[in-house]
Amino acid sequence: MPELDLLSKGMTTCQGCPMELIARAALDTLGPRTITMTPPSCAAILTGSGDETGWGIPSVQTVLMSLPAFASGVSEALKIRGMDDVTVMGFAGDGGTFDIGLQSLSGAIERGHKAVFICYNNEAYMNTGNQRSSATTLGASTKTTPTGKKESAKNIDFMLLHTPLVYQATASVGNIPDFKRKLKKAASKDGPCFIHVLAPCPSGWKFPTDQTIEVAKLAIKSGAWLQFEREDGKITINTKPTDFQLINQYLDGQKRFGRVTPEIRERIIAEAKGRYETLCRLAELDCLV
Amino acid sequence: MGVIKALDGNAAIAHGVMRSKVQLVAAYPITPQTPIVETISSLIDTKQYDATYITVESEHSALSSLIGASSTGVRTFTASASHGLALMHEVTGTAAASRLPIVMAVVSRAIPGPMSLWCDHSDIMTQRDQGWIQLFAASPQEALDFVMIAYRVSEDERVLTPTMVDIDGFFCSHLTEPVDVPTVEEAAQFVKDFVPVNATLDPEVPYAMNNLTSPAIFTELKRSQDIGMRSAGKVLDERFEEFASLFGRKYGRVMCHETEGADTVVVCMGSMSGTVKHVVNELRAAGKKVGVARVATFRPFPYKELAAALEGVKNVAVIDRVSGMGSFGPLYEEVLSTLRSGRIDANVYPFVAGLGGRDIWEQTIEDVFSRTEALAASGDVCDEPIWIDLKEDEVRYNA
Repeated sequence: MPELDLLSKGMTTCQGCPMELIARAALDTLGPRTITMTPPSCAAILTGSGDETGWGIPSVQTVLMSLPAFASGVSEALKIRGMDDVTVMGFAGDGGTFDIGLQSLSGAIERGHKAVFICYNNEAYMNTGNQRSSATTLGASTKTTPTGKKESAKNIDFMLLHTPLVYQATASVGNIPDFKRKLKKAASKDGPCFIHVLAPCPSGWKFPTDQTIEVAKLAIKSGAWLQFEREDGKITINTKPTDFQLINQYLDGQKRFGRVTPEIRERIIAEAKGRYETLCRLAELDCLV
Repeated sequence: MGVIKALDGNAAIAHGVMRSKVQLVAAYPITPQTPIVETISSLIDTKQYDATYITVESEHSALSSLIGASSTGVRTFTASASHGLALMHEVTGTAAASRLPIVMAVVSRAIPGPMSLWCDHSDIMTQRDQGWIQLFAASPQEALDFVMIAYRVSEDERVLTPTMVDIDGFFCSHLTEPVDVPTVEEAAQFVKDFVPVNATLDPEVPYAMNNLTSPAIFTELKRSQDIGMRSAGKVLDERFEEFASLFGRKYGRVMCHETEGADTVVVCMGSMSGTVKHVVNELRAAGKKVGVARVATFRPFPYKELAAALEGVKNVAVIDRVSGMGSFGPLYEEVLSTLRSGRIDANVYPFVAGLGGRDIWEQTIEDVFSRTEALAASGDVCDEPIWIDLKEDEVRYNA
């Protein structure tokens, strides 16, 4: 008999959805001894409705504000029950991580519960139809910023550099082997881990549905997205951006940036360079505390 | 039986939690419940009590983490009040609908605003329809006992509904009285180790919990929850009986004093009932036929039991410790339903008292009785609550 997928085929995610691919890769890596939590979000599609679920592992639909607190309770209860081999996997979007869920995440990290918090970042509230979040890139049009977002995105990775995460990484749907390696490392840790995964969303970002992986790869290549990890106080940059001018191509490939002015374009590129330079300086430190 | 200790309501609750073999506590400090969780966390920290304590960063996270832990099959507890309970509101519904036997102490404090530290029931009444059993203890002893009883009732397979044990902020939480604390062995006869009835989060038997629910089945799930809640009435009676046989302290869903043959009865909840009882005794001594019926279980509401207590009574005065702004207090509305469904033809009068920590004195209760008498004599009907302890000259009328 063939082995069943831990995440069912035939999910009702949008065509070209990166979130589903990330979830699939996550379960490939973690296996059946995993409990997952999803907030109301695109990921809730995997958790299903009624008596149907996509997960072949235990799952809880949490509230949007406090997935990490739910995970804290599950993690501690597993210890009480002697089920230490089970991985607790939080699977939330940018809204549930950067915005309404930020306090809960910060609390769970500070308390040191054993759990892996994955944030699939599609840069807006996509499940409610594409409203801007604090993760939305400057200049991007959304339903709540039709003329383009006026503010830079919150840099959650830099914010979390000074929290007691035992492992922190960025990853991308454009490099699944790298994501799997990072997730495997996270699951082996006895404490809170955070993996922030870029999830280019064809529906919200307005690019062809067969381009998800290409857009994600271009994000890495252009330096719009930085691939790095932090472990034992040391930052390692995984991929050096090739050319920041490729950001022009990255923006041009997505209709959400259709209204970006030359000034905003300059700012987006300058900010990407600045982030990388900051990261390089931080990576020179022997121990970041 | 037990050991007599001088405990305030908060300490009594902490003892009740430990005697109930709670495995995981998550809480956030808030006046006036803070001493409960300070006591519990200190005992855990100094290894005098073997349990896990999660020092959450908010009340919302406190209850969220308990939902996670309870879903994973451990016995849980939290405590809150006022703002904290309001912040939990989103997840009190999730806990109840997930049929998790969580127990929470609510140390009642006015809900803002204006800002207040002091007691009334406006906090717990926001939770009235969230699907939690609500027990109102009137003393530290009851607070301890109700916590133990709450676990037995919530975890009963006929019920599977979380419970709030309410005490009045400061009036009970910070009032020290002799409390009979069951020994560990005695308590263990009543509360056993936790065995979850429902499925838990277990990779061996994977389930999806709290899934999106379509209109095709939502109503039926809510009705099932309602049946669980309603079943709690009978189960409470059984556990009160069992508790009395083990510990000698007898409780009921409605606790009456001098209602037999009374013309006028006060219906109330919580700490004010001691004062009402005292005034009833004095008025009885003066030849007045008065009594008091205290509601101890606000959810599920004891309609039949209260109707039985009010049978033959001419006047019922209900004292709500919450304003019921624009309408009537919630206890008054329940008493109206009780009288109507019990076919009891009594006059019933709505009183509001003791808001934001205002003391309910003997005089307040005497005023309730005399006002009731006057209203009954005049035949007047109340179309809004009577704010019996109001300082009229401080009220601003803009009209």
